[in-house]
Amino acid sequence: MGRFIFWRLIQAIPVIFAVITVTFFLVRSAPGGPFDSEKAVLPEVKRALEAQYKLDLPLHEQYFAYLGDLANGDLGPSFKYPGRSVNEILGSGLPVTAELGFYALCFALMIGVFAGVFAALKPNTKQDYIPMGMAMIGICMPSFLLGPLLVLVFGIQLEWLPIAGWGDLPGDKILPSITLGSAYAAYIARLSRAGMLEILSQDYIRTARAKGLPEWRVVTQHALRGGLIPVIAFLGPAFAGLLAGSFVVETIFQIPGLGRFYVQAAFNRDYTMILGTTVFLSTLIVLFNLVSDVIAAWLNPRLRAQFSRGNS
Amino acid sequence: MRVYRSLIIAACLGVLLSACGAGESNVTTGNRTGFLHYGNGAEPQGLDPHVVTGVPESHIVRAIFEGLAVKNPVTLEPEPGVAERWEISEDGTVYTFYINPDAKWSNGESMTASDYVWSWNRALHPDTGSLYAYMLYPIVNSEAYSKREITDFSEVGVKALDDLTLQVTLNAPTPYFLQLMDHYSTFAVHPETLLKHGKMTDRYTPWTRVGSMVSNGAFTLEEWSLNRRIIIEKSEHYWDKDNVSLNGVYFYPTENVVSEERMFRAEQLHYTQTLPLDKIPAYRERENSPYVQAPYLGTYYYLINTDRPPVDDARVRKALSYALDREKLTKTVLQDTAIPAFAITPPDTLGYNPPKLFDYDPEEARRLLAEAGYPNGEGWPGLEIIYNTQEAHRKIAVAIQQMWKEALNIDITISNQEWKVYLNSVSQREFQVARRGWIGDYVDANNFLDLFLTDGGNNNTGYSDPVFDDIILNRAPKAKSRKERYQLFYDAEKMMLEEMPIIPIYTYTSKHLVHPSVEGIYPNLMDSLNLKYVKLDPERSLNME
Repeated sequence: MGRFIFWRLIQAIPVIFAVITVTFFLVRSAPGGPFDSEKAVLPEVKRALEAQYKLDLPLHEQYFAYLGDLANGDLGPSFKYPGRSVNEILGSGLPVTAELGFYALCFALMIGVFAGVFAALKPNTKQDYIPMGMAMIGICMPSFLLGPLLVLVFGIQLEWLPIAGWGDLPGDKILPSITLGSAYAAYIARLSRAGMLEILSQDYIRTARAKGLPEWRVVTQHALRGGLIPVIAFLGPAFAGLLAGSFVVETIFQIPGLGRFYVQAAFNRDYTMILGTTVFLSTLIVLFNLVSDVIAAWLNPRLRAQFSRGNS
Repeated sequence: MRVYRSLIIAACLGVLLSACGAGESNVTTGNRTGFLHYGNGAEPQGLDPHVVTGVPESHIVRAIFEGLAVKNPVTLEPEPGVAERWEISEDGTVYTFYINPDAKWSNGESMTASDYVWSWNRALHPDTGSLYAYMLYPIVNSEAYSKREITDFSEVGVKALDDLTLQVTLNAPTPYFLQLMDHYSTFAVHPETLLKHGKMTDRYTPWTRVGSMVSNGAFTLEEWSLNRRIIIEKSEHYWDKDNVSLNGVYFYPTENVVSEERMFRAEQLHYTQTLPLDKIPAYRERENSPYVQAPYLGTYYYLINTDRPPVDDARVRKALSYALDREKLTKTVLQDTAIPAFAITPPDTLGYNPPKLFDYDPEEARRLLAEAGYPNGEGWPGLEIIYNTQEAHRKIAVAIQQMWKEALNIDITISNQEWKVYLNSVSQREFQVARRGWIGDYVDANNFLDLFLTDGGNNNTGYSDPVFDDIILNRAPKAKSRKERYQLFYDAEKMMLEEMPIIPIYTYTSKHLVHPSVEGIYPNLMDSLNLKYVKLDPERSLNME
């Protein structure tokens, strides 16, 4: 197992390096620069600005300077928000986005696993079609539609919950978590149904039933562990996706997370911020993929046996 | 596995439940405690007066800092700010400001004239790279200093005669100079605080953070949570603190206008920066409507590249402009939230009214187009309008495309460009017709007319007329009276419009939702809200039925 993790980490290095390099040169080849504005910028002002941010150096020097800073963990100053470093902005947005992502994922798991398992127990009956039909709607419903709908019903009509903010008013974290989590809930429901169906047809389940175990113990003790492997494998990328994809929900609910910075950096040509967020998120995605592979291996005895023989 | 799962579920349920329970709305709490909840449109880029350039920044900066003179919220005429009075020399070129002895920094230190000398040195210094350095260019030698032609700041016309007397010498009479004193780029900063965190010219030191920031306005910075909220509270050192009613203000970065309107409806905000166009009719119909609309010092227009055929011909440009039914456009597409414009300067800019040379006249437009060689659109080589990607701009462009097709039988293509690409196209003059908006920085026609100076950075049209340049640069500043000066502006604007290097479309309006409990917000041309004068009356509530 240790060897497997080690090799996966080694493989990740060129991936992240490629991300840095491609992003660095791509953003700089985009038309317009960070200091262009609707009002004409005087040439001498522009020169002063470029000098303060080292943009007057040749491109390859800027690139190596950036790599050097990055090696020290310094993502550079933001161009759009003078006085703030990219590290600081990531540091302020990440906990919020991670918290939002965590609640969303919890919601998705609760609803998704329950619906999926429930459906798998009686396939091709009403008990299957109704939750799976709802899951299909959940997958198709974009968050920019679901969010305002929830706000309209629970925030404005019923006045149960606040409709914007994060930690300002009691209960303001509920609607965004549900909005962000519901698409994933639907996905998880389908995955867990498929996984459970496969497991429930296995020989060892028949054995468990044959020895007279009650159905609920067959499901919870024997089937779930194997049946949820596809869900576990999905969790890593899902969490990374939640972090990177929370932009829409953050905008609807005025949440001070990473997503808004991530998307706006591109529009603002905030070079260091684009690089910082991209590098950071791609590192996270690589890491989460690794973690979910490891958990999947740990849950699945056959894969585990492969690793211990060293055939990764 | 089962144990973990139930633990996670329990944890989630716990979190969700503990968060439940509806509380008091922000508006109710705010009215009780004297705090205004203000939708500010976007996260400010910063709060350093010599660095920032945007509107959301200006709202906060103008609340925590104050200029030498401030605008009266109703008339927009200058009133005492940090300076309790001023004298202007007979020839209009020497301003002597007498600083209020009670004017203090938020750390309790007295403000001095030398703070201004230091601050304006910073604002003008080429290394600072202030985008608004040109606001101080009326001062003797300031332009040369900011272009590094001279390096000794003592040659610039700013002197501290004593602790409380500041003398400013201008190149020429500048009737709008006092207006500039209320622009944040001319505000004073606290020298010792900045030097504690870096050099004078550093743009990105943390001196503007909570705890470090020293300012001189009616409010002080108390909390700055990135992209969440900014809280300011009433300053105990402000010279006029007895006239400040609010205990503080919460600013929210309400970038999503749809969410902002919903927050207002749920009483999470007292005041919104704007509201979605399609919500306006419903708000208008309401009795005691919270919707407030007022003319705004800005013009929406199409910029024409006068070097590119077919619009290199003034007759074609005029034909396009005459064939545009502005009344219809503002009534339908813009839901009556804009005023048809026939000139670049908005109407009643501190008493100045621009010329109106033409009206909607498709007959004349067709005649002009035929004269230019395209009778009934025959032989028309095509024309492209570019705009930055935004639904509102697209709708307007489509409507104009149809109007021109109907009136002149000519084909127009419209294409959108991402914001920075669009800026690049405009500054490189890679366009035939481009959407453009201009919002005045100070209330004076000069701020709109100097766009059309030969080779001006914001001209982009290729329009050039030495007589026009002479009026704006030399004759208008030396005018003896406001009347004479406005007459010169009128003549210049008329000359410019006869060449039609732009197609004026509409004058902007400011659009806000204001909770009935808020008093002291006066709609004005600058959309300038001085939070110092705002009061909250909890007795008046919002009726959304």
